[in-house]
Amino acid sequence: MNKLATFRRGGVHPDDKKALSKDKKLERLPLPHEIVVSMSQHLGAPALLVKKKGDEVKKGEVIGEEAGYISASVHSPVDGVVKDIIKVRVASGAVADAAVIECSPEQSNPFEEKHDWKSLSSSEIVDLIRKMGIVGMGGATFPTAVKVTIPMGKEVEALIINGVECEPYLTSDYRLMIEKPDEVLEGVMIAAKAVNPRRIIIGIEANKMDAVSLLEARISGFGYPIAVMPLKTKYPQGDEKQLIKATIGKEVPSGMLPLDVGAVVCNLGTCYALYEAAVYHKPLIERVITVSGEGINEPKNIIAPIGTKFSDLIAFCGGEKDDSAELVAGGPMMGFDVSDSATPMVKGSGGLLSLPLSADDFSAPCVLCGKCVQHCPMGLQPNKMFRNIKYGNYQAAMDLGLMDCKECGCCAYTCPSHLPLVQGFKLGKKMGRKKK
Amino acid sequence: MRIVRTSPHIHGALRTDKAMLFVIIALIPSALWGVWAFGISALLVLLVSIAASVLTEYLLGLVSKEFTLKDFSAVVTGLLVGMNMPPSVPLYIPVIASAFAMAVVKWTFGGLGCNWMNPALAGRVFVFFSFTSQMSTFTPVRWMALDALSSATPLSALKAASAAGAVGTSSELLSAAGLPVSAFADSLSSATGISPYAIDAFFGNMGGCIGEVSALLLLAGGIFLLATKIITWRIPVVYLASFAILSWVFGGVPYGRGVFHGEIFLPLFSGGLMLGAFFMATDWVTTPTTPKGEIIFALGCGFFTFLIRYFGSLPEGVSLAIILMNIVTPTIERFVKPKRFGAVKKEKKEVKA
Repeated sequence: MNKLATFRRGGVHPDDKKALSKDKKLERLPLPHEIVVSMSQHLGAPALLVKKKGDEVKKGEVIGEEAGYISASVHSPVDGVVKDIIKVRVASGAVADAAVIECSPEQSNPFEEKHDWKSLSSSEIVDLIRKMGIVGMGGATFPTAVKVTIPMGKEVEALIINGVECEPYLTSDYRLMIEKPDEVLEGVMIAAKAVNPRRIIIGIEANKMDAVSLLEARISGFGYPIAVMPLKTKYPQGDEKQLIKATIGKEVPSGMLPLDVGAVVCNLGTCYALYEAAVYHKPLIERVITVSGEGINEPKNIIAPIGTKFSDLIAFCGGEKDDSAELVAGGPMMGFDVSDSATPMVKGSGGLLSLPLSADDFSAPCVLCGKCVQHCPMGLQPNKMFRNIKYGNYQAAMDLGLMDCKECGCCAYTCPSHLPLVQGFKLGKKMGRKKK
Repeated sequence: MRIVRTSPHIHGALRTDKAMLFVIIALIPSALWGVWAFGISALLVLLVSIAASVLTEYLLGLVSKEFTLKDFSAVVTGLLVGMNMPPSVPLYIPVIASAFAMAVVKWTFGGLGCNWMNPALAGRVFVFFSFTSQMSTFTPVRWMALDALSSATPLSALKAASAAGAVGTSSELLSAAGLPVSAFADSLSSATGISPYAIDAFFGNMGGCIGEVSALLLLAGGIFLLATKIITWRIPVVYLASFAILSWVFGGVPYGRGVFHGEIFLPLFSGGLMLGAFFMATDWVTTPTTPKGEIIFALGCGFFTFLIRYFGSLPEGVSLAIILMNIVTPTIERFVKPKRFGAVKKEKKEVKA
C-alpha cells in the first residue's frame, strides 16, 4: 500500500468515535416551534437586523443585511412571524441581536426550480455566493464570497476541498459525501468556476475510504484536473494550513494567506451549500449537524434550519443520558462548551456533543516532558509560551509565535499534567493584542 | 449542572502520576533481580531509600502546605536512589542520599518540574563523594561468590588494570584480573565469540549496584516505557549508540591497543549505562523538550560517559555525565528551537561591498 500523504510536524491521534453516528442517514428535523436566528453567524461584522417585532418573514427572505466587506447576510430559515428581538449568546461566545421566529405550521418550498449556473461568469457566481449568505461551514465561518474573490494578478494553482473532518465524533461531511456525492461534486465545480484553479484536490482522511472510492468513481468523466486524495488520519489535518501542507506540500508563511501559496481551501459542506445556492438559489438557511457523544441516546446526522435550539436537536435524538455532564458545540478538540441548551445553532455548527463526566480533575505542575513541543503542528513551544503568559509576559509569548497558534488543542490533549494550555493561549492572545 | 471549560474536551491517556507509576513498574523487574542476586540486604536498601524519600517529601510538604505524594515522583526518586546503591552499603547512606535528593535538589528549587538536575543522581553523587569507600565496596552476585577478587565490578577491575599499564582487550584484562564468569556465559561465549563478561553483564551475573546488574531486564523496562510513549527513542538510542561508537573507536586506547579496537558489548552492558540511558537520562524535567535538543543532550551524555569511563580516574561515568548534561540543558533549551511552521525567513542583509 502506498504511503498516504499527511502533514509532517506534530499532530495527535485521538480515538475518532465516528462509529457512533457514521451509519446514521441524514434526517430532516421536524419543524421546531420557534427558532432563534442570531445576526452573528459568521466571522466578521454581525449582520444588521432589518426586521421588527411582529413582522412576517418568508423562507429565504433576508432578515439581516451584511454589514461590511467581511460579513454575510442572514436569511430567514422558515416561514413565520418575528415574535421578539433579543440579545443572544451563541456557542462561540459572541453576543448579538437575534430574531426569535415563530414558525408557521404551513411551510412553503420556494427552492424547487433549477437554474443554470454554467452560463454565469465567475464574478456573477461570487455575487450569487454573497447574496446567498454562504460562509465556510467547517466551523470558522469565514464569508465564502470573500474567500473566492481572487485579487487581480493572483492565480490559483490548486483548489483544495476539505473533506477531512478530522475532529472526532463528527460525521456530517462524511454523510454528505456518501448520500449526495453528485451534488457535492457539482458544488465543487461551482467553486472552481469562481476561482478558476489549475487543478482541484479533494482531501479525505483514510478513516473514510468508502467516501474516497465513491467520489473517485464519479469524477472520472469530469474532464477537469481533479483528484481525490486519501490522507493519513491525523488531527488537525482539517486545518487549512495542515491540509495545504498535506496535499500540495507547501507551507503557508506565518501571517499570510493560503492564496499566497496559490491555494484556496473550501470545506466540503460549503460545496454542498454552493450547489444549493447556485442551482436552486437557496440561501444558507439549513445545514447538516451531527448530534453525537456518549451522553446522547440516539446519535444522528440531522438537517436542521439555522437557529434551531440545541434542546430541540437533543429531544429529536431521544434526549440525553443521566450521566451527561458537558454539552459541546462543534468537535471535542476545538468546540465550545455551552451551559444553556437553548443556545441556537449557527451556520458553523457542524456538531453537537453530549459528553459524560470524565472524572478527571488531575492537575500537576509542568514537568517539562516536551510532549506539547513534539505534538504542536505549528512547531511552537507551548510550554514556554504558557509559562510566559502565566507570569504576564505577553510580549515574550508573542515573540515565541503565540499568534501562529490556532488553538487546535494538540498540546493540551497530550499534556500529562493536564495544564490548561489552550485557555492560556486564548487569554494570552487577547492580552497581547490589547497591549499592542 | 453542566461543566463549562475550554477546549479540548477530550484528553490523551498520558498522565504525570500514571507515567510515574509506569516507571516504577518498568523498574521493578531489575530491582527484583538485584534483590535475588544480592539477598535481603539489597531489599532493605531499596525499602529504606524509598521510605526516606517519601518521608522527606511528606515532611517538606507540611512546611510548604502541599500534598505532592500522590504524583508518585517521590517513590520513583527513592527507588532510583536505592537501585544506585551497592548492595551492602550501610543503611544511613541511602537515607542521606534520598533526603539530599528530595530536600536540596528538588524541594528548594520548587518541587516537581523545577529541579535542575536529576534528584536521584544528585543524591547518589553526593553520597559517592562523601562516602567513597562504602560506595565503592561491592559484593558479588550470590551464585558467583568464589574468591576475594570477585568483589570488584568489571569497570573497577578494568580501571585498576589499565592504571597498572596492562595491555589487551577489556575481556582479556578482566580474565587476567581473575574475575569469574558463569559456566553458562563460558559456553555461550565459545559458541558466539562474544566476550563471556559481556554475556554475564547482560544476563545479570556481574556485581554492581542493586539496580544495574541485569542489562536485559533494564532493556525490557526501557522498551516498556517506549511502548507506553512515556519516553521517546531519541535519548536512549542516541546515548547508547554514541557511547558504543566511541567505545569501539577509542575504547582500545587506554589498554594500549590503538583506535578501532575497542569492545562494544561489554561497555554497553556493564555498569549503570542501561539504567542511566533508559531511566535517568530520559527524566522529563531535566532534559530538553525539543527533539533536536534531546539528541544534543544524548550525544553529550554518550561523550562524557565515554570520557570519564576510559580516561577519568573514576570507574563509572554515567551518573556524572548525565548530571553534567542536566546542567547544560537550560542552555540547550535556550538555543535549540523547533522549526516553526511557515517560518518567515528574515531578509538576508546585502553583502555587497
